[in-house]
Amino acid sequence: MTAVPLYAQLINLLAAVLLLLAFAMLSQRRVLSLVNLYAAQGLALAISTGIVAYATAQGHLYWSAGLTLLLKVILLPGILHRLIRRLDVRWELEGLINIPTTMLIGIVIVVFAFNLALPIAQLSNTVTRGTLGIAMASVMLSFLMMITRRKAIPQVVGFLSMENGLFFAATSATYGMPMVVELGIALDVLVGMLILGVFFFQIREQFDSLDLKHLEKLKENE
Amino acid sequence: MHHFVVPAKVGTHFRPLRCGPHCRDQNPCLLEWHRIARGTPLIELVVLLCLPVLGAAVLAVIGERTYASTVNVAACLLTFLAAIALTARVARDGPMLVLDRQFFIDPFNVFLVALTAFVGLTTAIFSRPYMEIERANGRLSAPRLRLYHSMYQLFNFTMLMALVTNNMGILWVALEAATLTTVLLVSLYRTPASLEAAWKYFILCGVGIAQALFGTILLYFAAERLLGAGGGALLWTELNAVKGQLEPTVLSLAFVFLLVGYGTKVGLVPLHNWLPDAHAEGPTPVSAVLSGLLLNVALYAVVRCKVLVEGSGSSSFARELMMGFGLLSVVVAAFLLSRQKDIKRLFAYSSIEHMGIMTFAFGMGGPVANFAAMLHMTVHSLTKSAIFFTVGHATQQTGTQQIDGIRGLIGTSPMIGWGLALGTLAILGMPPFGIFASEFLILTTAMRDQPWAAPFLLLSLGIAFAAVFSKVQPMVFGESDVRPLSHRPALIPVFVHLLIVLMLGLWIPPYLAEWYRQAARLIG
Repeated sequence: MTAVPLYAQLINLLAAVLLLLAFAMLSQRRVLSLVNLYAAQGLALAISTGIVAYATAQGHLYWSAGLTLLLKVILLPGILHRLIRRLDVRWELEGLINIPTTMLIGIVIVVFAFNLALPIAQLSNTVTRGTLGIAMASVMLSFLMMITRRKAIPQVVGFLSMENGLFFAATSATYGMPMVVELGIALDVLVGMLILGVFFFQIREQFDSLDLKHLEKLKENE
Repeated sequence: MHHFVVPAKVGTHFRPLRCGPHCRDQNPCLLEWHRIARGTPLIELVVLLCLPVLGAAVLAVIGERTYASTVNVAACLLTFLAAIALTARVARDGPMLVLDRQFFIDPFNVFLVALTAFVGLTTAIFSRPYMEIERANGRLSAPRLRLYHSMYQLFNFTMLMALVTNNMGILWVALEAATLTTVLLVSLYRTPASLEAAWKYFILCGVGIAQALFGTILLYFAAERLLGAGGGALLWTELNAVKGQLEPTVLSLAFVFLLVGYGTKVGLVPLHNWLPDAHAEGPTPVSAVLSGLLLNVALYAVVRCKVLVEGSGSSSFARELMMGFGLLSVVVAAFLLSRQKDIKRLFAYSSIEHMGIMTFAFGMGGPVANFAAMLHMTVHSLTKSAIFFTVGHATQQTGTQQIDGIRGLIGTSPMIGWGLALGTLAILGMPPFGIFASEFLILTTAMRDQPWAAPFLLLSLGIAFAAVFSKVQPMVFGESDVRPLSHRPALIPVFVHLLIVLMLGLWIPPYLAEWYRQAARLIG
């Protein structure tokens, strides 16, 4: 067996951290901890992007790592913390399905994602191709989190962490998207977050709660 | 009139430039050629993209002053003129790449640019009195109008950007931005129902479009191996040039994600849940532009992706997927139509049905089906926005969106009544309107190429006819109980739209037909 270079080992380690964090988010009940886990995921993403940049001497990836650090570790968690404080929503969260069951579904999803990623990973010639399965798994786990959570903020955190997974997929399979596209995506995410902030207040004003069970009135046949 | 051909330049990807029928002298064309070849930005394109952004900024400053709606119309008018100029340019010079290949304009997208700018303009004209009445009825406060006008312009910008960009990544960014600009418009009234609709819209389209991002990443992954890292590997023209060598398995997987992602925005069943709610709860001008513009542009994105995937060798896969989704949308929407009690939801489901027809037609492919699908895009967005204009005023008069509550429009306000009646006949595919022509072409092509699908299509069209006609007929005729509007409605757009649709049913101008034909050939 050939020796795996140090940076590849580091990236694999960070990928594993990313996956663990995705599971931790899936099982987390408290909304503040959820935001902190999201920030940690962003940090792991930024570091791994930085390592890929160093290992492959891709200059634009440094920028992208910096952007990730700024946006996903500082700015977005900051906005979320502020929102939580202003809206005073620190209650415990309840999922639709209990947590052990959710975790079991999560494991099935990971196996499925690895199988799906296998044929693509074999085509890739980047040093990080092994992590594509993990990226796909964390996208799907975030998706699961959005489905099982009934409150507005966890759904948004799920949405944002899905974007993290996609971003990780882009770095691990292709060394990142072109800079102009990355900037555009970052802008969209930021603006989306700001709009959601406005939106939370509108929902709160209207229903006195951020529970999405109030948002289930529109159905067929009404 | 003369024709001359300038040899293709190295590093640019123009077709040989052909002098059009308007050319009287050789010199202007040569000058023009040099201007493009040097990569000078096309002034029309820059104006087209800058105007809506400028308009949004100006409208954000003007705020709730009374002339804001006039400024909104003016900005849309100027955008429309720029779109016409751009269209004329492309009609004369053929497809072109602008600004270091970042923008690509060919007959396929330029006709959508013109259509988008036109419906944007007429909707702005319609919304001027409409929003005044909403304000008089106390549904809107003045500050919200600032938001409305600004976001309306930004929405126009994102639509145009998505159409003219050559970069598949920017296309994604623009479509996501379109969701962001319209989500606050859907919740403009801040009623519980509108907030719910906006939330659903945001989350469903957000998740959907995240799938499309993954598809774009896979596309880039497949292309990067051929074209190298950097900006080139996401440019549609570059991808199109090497599509035969792209890895078919990766592209097929990418197309699944892209179709699911952009298909959510098209409103394809089973990803359509957000669409009726967003249409019913948002202000009517927003319903009109969602149906008339956004769905078209999302479908445009799907078709662009389909061209790449089809070329990569996994040829029948993308077609079958599109035909399947399209047909499912047509059938499901047709059956759901008869169960609707809200007039705006009714026509939202009708939009799903028509988008399904177009997706099916693009999926079939071939020159005739593509031609018909593009014609259908044009006439559907004109007719549907015209219908929403009349429905908007009808609901203002009666104070309800419930179909049972709207009766006898033709007695109290003949123009609105006739507009709704004619628009409904047009959308149901009655001759001599344009939708009859496009549906007829699609059906006959289906009978020839995909005979299994034709019965489903025919049956669905029949069910849709029965459902919609039986609901709209008593709204137009019958006993009435309505109140007068506080402002005179602007109904000219309704009849302009219907007139164009009527004309397209009877006679398609030769340049337009030629244009569709060229685009149909490009799509393949």
